[in-house]
Amino acid sequence: MTATTELKNIISEENVVYKKTSVLLDNEMHYCPGCTHGVIHKAIAEVIDEMGIQEKTVGVSPVGCSVLAYNYLDIDWQQAAHGRAPALATATSRLMPDKYVFTYQGDGDLASIGCAEIMHACNRGESIVVFFVNNAIYGMTGGQMAPTTLEGQVTATSPYGRDCHTTGFPMKMSEMVAMLPGTRFVTRESAETPGAVRKLKKAIRKGFENTREDKGISFIEIVGTCSSGWKMSPVQSNVWMKENMFPYYPLGTLKDE
Amino acid sequence: MGDIRLMKGNEVIAEAAIRCGCDGYFGYPITPQSEIMETLMIRRPELETGMVVVQAESEVAAINMVYGGASCGKKVMTSSSSPGISLKAEGITYLAGAELPALIVNIVRGGPGLGTIQPAQSDYFQAVKGGGHGDYKLIVLAPASVQEMNDFVDLGFELSHKYLNPAMILSDGVIGQMMEKVELSEFKPRWTEEEIIAKSGTWATTGKTADRERNISTSLDLDSAKQEVFNHKLQAKYRAMEENEVRFEKIDCDDADYLFVAYGSSARICQKAIELAREKGIKVGLLRPITLFPYPTKAIQEMLGQVKGILSVEMSAGQMVEDVRLAVNGKVPVEHYGRYGGIIPTPDEVVEALEQNFLGE
Amino acid sequence: MTEEIIIAGFGGQGVLSMGKILAYSGIMQDQEVSWMPSYGPEMRGGTANVTVILSDNRISSPVLKKFDTAIILNQQSMDKFEADVKPGGTLLYDPNGITRHPERTDINIFRIPGAALATEMGNPKTFNMIIMGGFLKVKPIVKLENVQRGLEKSLPERHHKLIPLNIEAIQKGIENVETVLAL
Repeated sequence: MTATTELKNIISEENVVYKKTSVLLDNEMHYCPGCTHGVIHKAIAEVIDEMGIQEKTVGVSPVGCSVLAYNYLDIDWQQAAHGRAPALATATSRLMPDKYVFTYQGDGDLASIGCAEIMHACNRGESIVVFFVNNAIYGMTGGQMAPTTLEGQVTATSPYGRDCHTTGFPMKMSEMVAMLPGTRFVTRESAETPGAVRKLKKAIRKGFENTREDKGISFIEIVGTCSSGWKMSPVQSNVWMKENMFPYYPLGTLKDE
Repeated sequence: MGDIRLMKGNEVIAEAAIRCGCDGYFGYPITPQSEIMETLMIRRPELETGMVVVQAESEVAAINMVYGGASCGKKVMTSSSSPGISLKAEGITYLAGAELPALIVNIVRGGPGLGTIQPAQSDYFQAVKGGGHGDYKLIVLAPASVQEMNDFVDLGFELSHKYLNPAMILSDGVIGQMMEKVELSEFKPRWTEEEIIAKSGTWATTGKTADRERNISTSLDLDSAKQEVFNHKLQAKYRAMEENEVRFEKIDCDDADYLFVAYGSSARICQKAIELAREKGIKVGLLRPITLFPYPTKAIQEMLGQVKGILSVEMSAGQMVEDVRLAVNGKVPVEHYGRYGGIIPTPDEVVEALEQNFLGE
Repeated sequence: MTEEIIIAGFGGQGVLSMGKILAYSGIMQDQEVSWMPSYGPEMRGGTANVTVILSDNRISSPVLKKFDTAIILNQQSMDKFEADVKPGGTLLYDPNGITRHPERTDINIFRIPGAALATEMGNPKTFNMIIMGGFLKVKPIVKLENVQRGLEKSLPERHHKLIPLNIEAIQKGIENVETVLAL
């Protein structure tokens, strides 16, 4: 037997132990090596597939690294102006109450320019899911300081480390939105290990189920890495995240009503 | 005879929206147009037609709710007044860039800045020339009566869905705040998803079904070559609007030696000025643009062999006059008369301006 | 027929609603009408005025400088609008609170003690309909039956029980208007 036929025999239906969900498209991702977005995209795609809601799901992508998220998940998408995704999702879910509507936003988009939109969508308790990817930096524009950048963290616009006395303090968005009566489910997850991804997927499913039951907004923060912005290898990034991000942004469910 | 009422222009916008089958209104309070959202809240259309009415946290949020709703193929609208429209400008260019239909109502007040709450027409450039960034156009309708406030809501939705382009009703505090006799439109049911598809295709983000590719509502294309091709498409659309959608009205033009060009409330003032001028023996007519984009350029040009001078009248320091001059191209004298900062010119002043500019008085 | 009217007084005197009832009355007799208020902060407790036009033809400008009739209900409005009555036109005013009475000699001038009559009727809210009565006596441009229908249209259902009182106030006005100067 040649090597090729041997391979062909192995790649057959009965030997399949893992299959990529068809909700995740085959387009080559533009994300940097080690970026958390790809893992999160896949987790969302798998839950959509498992729940069988592909035809009923509308995503709203932000401005930032995940602006092109619509190239990766095979669902209908709206691409929002910077920070405005929750406004788009508000109208979409109200005008099509039988649909599963989610926003996918980074920390610059959600916590800085879009702070008003997310606060008010949460306060109104819109029936949507918000995925808030917090990697403490602006990735797309080249690694500038974000509202969630940690104290002392070096970025392109805090080259001597974030000085909280002049730039404010890292914003804990999940804690803030959990205080609002409109939020039903607020959790902070991560995606750096298979175990973390399993937990994340459970949260995603709960979020989508909440929208089906018209149970108010589900806010799912995912603490992630930005190897390019942080100027570290993917492995170093995960270590740095665990040592620095997790203590300030502790993982776990803040609210589940 | 239909349903005849005495109503404010602003109230009529709300009533017309409900009656024409609008799916969603997203607004934020600002004088002098708050009656639009107030009327909708009183009317509770969610119980009657299922129309959604949301008071957003800001003008910015409101226009982006419109973007979301429009992406679903729905008939959605917002309204505001000048400072609020400036805030919405970002969302409006995104709507144009994503080729989304929507209706935006601007009840103009005097500016710049916070300005005044009194009527003005100083947002002509913003409405007609852009306002936001990029090469885009809005379909701009300029009602001159409360009846047209009613009629143009439906027309605005029709045109915006026909061309997949946002449309604007450019009005002002005079038309918004005054009451006139109005015959309200018959009720039309809201479109079903099937009707939306029949109307404008299967582009809406209503959930990807197995029989089609995913729909994406976006204005982004990082490939410049593709972006240029897309801009060609937009420009072709605007040329088609210029070909097919120009609307205007001519009053007392048949024997006119002079011509007023004015839209909206200024056109009403000019109508009275015509009465006063003709009592003095001055033969003046009015060309009233109803669409400000596309502009009735040809209609103005057709008057050039006949009239000796044109007075563009607008409650501004002189915005529309630029388009009149472009149409006239130096063939006859064109002057501007305007009051601004919230001052409404009187018909007498307009006649005086005509005399001073063209009759050597 | 075209009648261009300014009604001006204090906020709270029922200036705007009088204009509205007049406009509705015009609709009831198949006329074109317009009602253009001053609006904004000046409405809140300050002066209020409204331009009402009734016409058999399409109405041109809802904003005017000259009026066929001025109905003036305070001194500020007298100072502002007396000069704006067309020669040969009509000025109707309530002398209550007026310190400088109209001085023109080229217009018809009428006076109606609206505030005093309203007090007499025991209901200050009848004030604007008393003035309306005075106006209809000197300028019978709308029929009383159409005013009644106008009231029915412009008042919410729950206030319809007040219509007889309003009609009574109009009658009071009709009976009590005085001629100051008739050309």
